[in-house]
Amino acid sequence: MNDFIVGPLPLWAEIVTAVFAVLGAAFAAIGSFGLVRLPTFFRRIHAPTLGATVGVWCMTIATIVYFSVQGYSLFLHAVLIVLFIALTAPITTIFLMRAALFRERQKGGDVPPAAKSGAPD
Amino acid sequence: MTPVLFWALKLALLLLAVAMLCALARLMIGPTAQDRVTALDCLYVNGMLMMLVLGIVYASNVYFEAAMLTALFGFVGSTAMAKFLLRGEVIE
Repeated sequence: MNDFIVGPLPLWAEIVTAVFAVLGAAFAAIGSFGLVRLPTFFRRIHAPTLGATVGVWCMTIATIVYFSVQGYSLFLHAVLIVLFIALTAPITTIFLMRAALFRERQKGGDVPPAAKSGAPD
Repeated sequence: MTPVLFWALKLALLLLAVAMLCALARLMIGPTAQDRVTALDCLYVNGMLMMLVLGIVYASNVYFEAAMLTALFGFVGSTAMAKFLLRGEVIE
């Protein structure tokens, strides 16, 4: 925890960190606001994707720049988080979408009918 | 830490707090169960981003483990709940 030199950073590093941190947080906020604002579930499911991709990427760039300049070495642990999110977010979205379609069809809602190939949906 | 970075990080924390409140509102009022699961997933991602910002604020390495675990638990929880919504049980 204390193996970093906590001191003044060069100005460009602080500016890059600040810009990317605010940008990532703003994208996450826009995505979450869309979650509240959009009317139906099938539109709503797309909104958090913004925070899960652009938000996480910008925040990771900010952390990488900050800790690399501060510790005088390349700091790439945060890329693990981005890779994990990029791998798992589509899986969660697809699962939720299939569950929503299944439940909507059971209620007799107005969604496209299931494919006839016999694949469970 | 110059005032530029200080206030930028404060602003980022504020924006993430607003995002978490939006997701929480959808979690509360969501008409269907899948709305609530989506909102919970979004809440997890926002909390993970907040962990990363706090890691920069306190210049500490420890927050990466917390962020990683948050992402992991968010994925596991959302997948399990989506499976439950699809079939009615998690492990068949």
